[in-house]
Formats: sequence, structure tokens, C-alpha cells
Amino acid sequence: MSAATLTPARVLPRRSFLRDTRIVLFRELQPVVRDPFSLVFGLVQPLVFLGLFGPLLAGSAGGTLGGDVWLWFVPAVLAMTTLFGTSVTGSNLQIDLSSGVHERMLVTPLSRPAQLVGRALKEMVPVVVQSAIVLVVMLPFGLRPDPLGAALTLAQLAVLGIGVGSLSYALALAVRKQEWMFWVVQQTVLFPVMLLSGMLLPLETGPAWMRAVSSVNPLRYVVDSGRAAFTGDVLSSTVAWGWVAALATALVGLTVGVRAMVRSAD
Amino acid sequence: MIRTRALTKDFEVSRTRTVHAVRGISLDVAPGELVAVLGPNGAGKTTTLRMLTTLVPPTSGTAEVAGYDVVARPDAVRAAIGYVGQGGAGGASQLVRDELVTQGEIYGLDRRTARGRAGDLLEALDLTEQADRKVESLSGGQKRRLDVAIGLVHEPSLLFLDEPSTGLDPHNRANLWDHILRMRTAAAQPMTIVLTTHYLDEADTFAERVIVVDHGRVIADDTADALKAELAGDLVTLRVGHQDAAALAALAERAPGTRTVRVEAGAGQSAVAIRTADGPGATPGLLRAADAAGLAVSRVDVARPTLDDVFLGLTGRSLRETAATPDGPGARVEPAGTTTEKKEVLA
Repeated sequence: MSAATLTPARVLPRRSFLRDTRIVLFRELQPVVRDPFSLVFGLVQPLVFLGLFGPLLAGSAGGTLGGDVWLWFVPAVLAMTTLFGTSVTGSNLQIDLSSGVHERMLVTPLSRPAQLVGRALKEMVPVVVQSAIVLVVMLPFGLRPDPLGAALTLAQLAVLGIGVGSLSYALALAVRKQEWMFWVVQQTVLFPVMLLSGMLLPLETGPAWMRAVSSVNPLRYVVDSGRAAFTGDVLSSTVAWGWVAALATALVGLTVGVRAMVRSAD
Repeated sequence: MIRTRALTKDFEVSRTRTVHAVRGISLDVAPGELVAVLGPNGAGKTTTLRMLTTLVPPTSGTAEVAGYDVVARPDAVRAAIGYVGQGGAGGASQLVRDELVTQGEIYGLDRRTARGRAGDLLEALDLTEQADRKVESLSGGQKRRLDVAIGLVHEPSLLFLDEPSTGLDPHNRANLWDHILRMRTAAAQPMTIVLTTHYLDEADTFAERVIVVDHGRVIADDTADALKAELAGDLVTLRVGHQDAAALAALAERAPGTRTVRVEAGAGQSAVAIRTADGPGATPGLLRAADAAGLAVSRVDVARPTLDDVFLGLTGRSLRETAATPDGPGARVEPAGTTTEKKEVLA
């Protein structure tokens, strides 16, 4: 019980960005690993879309989609899960901003960019786990994706999730003095991005202006890439553009997020 | 351990309005000191602490903490200091032990050493039973002890505590201080502690030195006892009939050691309140003089001053209700508007 028996602390002077990132990543993952069931809540929405929107799609647009409706719709639902799951993650940071957790980290020697990168990398885990569950759930309903294409799509979505998650963190940091703004911006951006990706209904049947706007939406390329990959077309240019869009989103997200994190003490 | 010179911080609230939160603070804290920074809300305590802990850069002036400049070497300052902020430092969904191990790793401990250190701190701060519970399930007092443990993982030579016991009941507050003081003496070299507080008794009981801050400036800096003796003095209250109050007040004004006298008319009687350097010593003389003048004193109270009296004497405002104006009739306490000069002298 005596406080005099404390182990002497050994403080290493050298810091490494990778070590700092790992510390942040592990800290973020600990609650997920301990309570994996929490990931299941994120699956309610995609399963609702698969169960209640999928059959409608098969009935009304099935003819125009050509081939298997599930191979067209399931990749889109995975992208939707990624988008919804990672775009709200900034609210976790909001909790840490309003308590003392974020401030505590800022006063330690922990690298500030690592505090953002570690959090963003963590986003890969729910994306991959949730997507894998959706795939398994859909197998009994006749989903037969190309295995390599499905695996590559999950990897691509993980990269996209890093980017969207970083942007969500950056948003939380940017509006930290008016917290409610987070949800206003998140909702305002989320639905146009989703509808303009051709996720729910094919953009080919939409007006020309919608197709034009969607051409600057990175999510559209990721959705198209997933559809091509699920049919086994893994070496197509469609898949390559999906990677470009996912990597660009991650790059932009991390850049914006790191900048916001570095300035987050003001 | 800390050395600041003319430290200031301005916040631009809008294009036309700038808040001068800190207006030139120069102070020195030696290794091993336990210093309380006392002041009303908005006095600049927390902003000063945020500059010393590298959270915000100063607008002007310099600050050296643990031997390093806060602007030039924030990394070195961060590695050396411990910080317990106003908000809870533990993540709600994290386990208590995990947070301590993570904090140890952040400061460069390997995982095994960090685990050992976490175990020691849990024991020292009476949290062993809560080690494998989520932070969100802890009580207020337990959470605060965890915050202190997190701040101590790397055995800092300098610990900052920002309003450490706000929101705790008296029992938990005393318990927290027990732990803090024990950790302080358990360290190889006595830990330097700087805390901000608006609890007067906290500063009075635990701090070896009190720095009073108001409107972004240091207005007094000494031990609590010295501040009380020099700036407030004892309060002797004599009760007499209304008709004798003015005569007694005049008599008290002339008595040796008297600083201020004020008269408050109560129900049936008046109270003549006398601030004097030495209350117990002055009272017999006052009573003899009253007797000789034929003034019938019915009751005597002698009160030792509090730090609130110190603040009142310095600023004309009470710390408890900084908006209230406590000046009664006949008070010699300066009104708030004229305190600027006095502050400059004391700073």
C-alpha cells in the first residue's frame, strides 16, 4: 500500500511516429475488441436496406440492371455501411473533446499527427468486419461474388473508410465550439453523396446533370469498382478507378485531418 | 521549476473585440513548492495554466517550465510535466487499468514496465478494485483519482492540477488531497505542484504559497498566513446600541492597529466591525476605551481572516460572489473602480 514502492519510470527520449500511431490505434481498438458486439449495431441499417429495399429493386429495376441484382446491390450496401459508419466517427472525438481526454493527449509528448492517423486507421476494423458479416449473411440468399473481387473490395472500402473517418474527425475538430454543427454538416453531405454514387438506383437512368455531378463523387467510383470486382472483373479499369478514388479520399482526409488535429488546442 | 516574464494572452473574440485574459504575469516557482493560484472565474488562472502546459502559445512574454521554453521546446516541456485538467482524462469506454498502461506507453515505457507502474498507481490511489472496470462506471471521486493517477504515470517532477476537486463532496475532496500529498512526498525528489482553485479553504489548507490572480494579473503572492496578516487582518466585531455606534466607531478608528471600521445597523443593535492587525491583542484595549467613554458593549466577536478577506481587501470584491459589492456604510475598503493602482503596486 505504501506509495514509496512505486516502480521507477524509465522515460525514453526518442519518439517515433509509428510507435505513437500504434499506441493511439491500440487504444481506440481496445473497446471494440473487448465488446465486438457493438459492431453489430452498425449492421442494422445495411440489413434493412438489403431486406426491404433489395426485393423492391429486383422487382422494379431488375430488368435494367442485367444479371444478378445481388451482385449489383450488395457492393453498394457495403459502401453504404462504410460511409455511414465512418462518417459518424467524429462524434467519438467530440466526446473526448468535451471531456478531458483530448486535452490529456495534447499535453503528452504524443505526436499530434499520430493522434489523427491512429484514430483513422482504426476505422478499417469495423468496415472490414461489418462488410464480411453482410457477405456471409447474404450467401444463403444466393449471393455468389468472385472471392478475390470481394476481398479486394473489402480492402478498398477499408482505405475509403480511413479517408471518410479522417474527414469526420476533421469536421468534429473544426466545429468543436458549436458541437451541434457536426450533425448538420454530416447529414447535409451524407445523403447527396450517397444518392449521387448510384448506390440505390442506377445513375444511367437519371438525367445528364446528375451523371455529370456524380463524376466528381469519389464514392461513385468505389461503388462501380465493387460491382465490377464482385463479378470477377478485378483487373478492369473500373476497379483501378475505384482504387484511385479510395486512395485520393484517404490522402485528402488524412491531410485535412492532421491539419485540424495539429491546430486543435487553440 | 517555472519562470515566466510578462506573460500575456489575448483572445480575439471578434474583429473589434479582444479579451486580455492574461495581462503580464511574472512568477517564479522553485523546485518542490506547492503553489495555489487563486482567483475568481475568468481571472486568467486556467489560461495561465494552459500556456505553462503548452496547450496555448502566449501572445507575448516568456515562460520556462522544467527548464525549457514553452514555445521553443513544447515537446521537452510535455515530457517533463504531469497535467490533471478540469475534464475527466479517462475515456468512458476504456478500462481503468488500460488507460494507465496506455499513458505509460505514451511516455515511452515498454509495456511490461507500464503494467507494473499502472498496478502501483492503482494501489497507491486506492483504485485496485476498479482496475478492470470501465471508466464510465466509476464514481466522481474515483474518476478524479484516476485523473491524478494518469497525470503521475511518468513520475513528473512538476504536476499541474486545474481545479482538482471541483464537483467533489468534502469527504472526497479530503480523500483526494490525502492521496496527492502522499504521492508528492513518495517521489524521489519532492514533486512541485501548481494548482488552480476557487475553493478558498483548499488554497488555505494545502498550498504553501498562494498566488492571487484577478483580471489577468498577479495581485498578491505569499504564504496564506502572511497574506492574511498583511492584507486582511483580524476582524473584531463589537455590538452596541444604535445611539453609541458612531462614537464607538470613532474610538476604534483611533485605536492602534486599526485598518478599517464599518458600522452595520442590525435589529435592535449595531455592529461595529473593526479590521485590525492583531484582533485578540486589540480587543482588551478597545473594551477599556469603550468603558471609559460610557459605551456599553454587549457582545464581542474576534474572527481570524480568510483568504476571501484577503481578496476583498485587495479588490473590494468577495471571491464567493465576485459580482456583489460588500461595501457597507462607513467602509474604508476601496470601491472596485479604484483598485487598479493598488494592483500595480502589489504586482
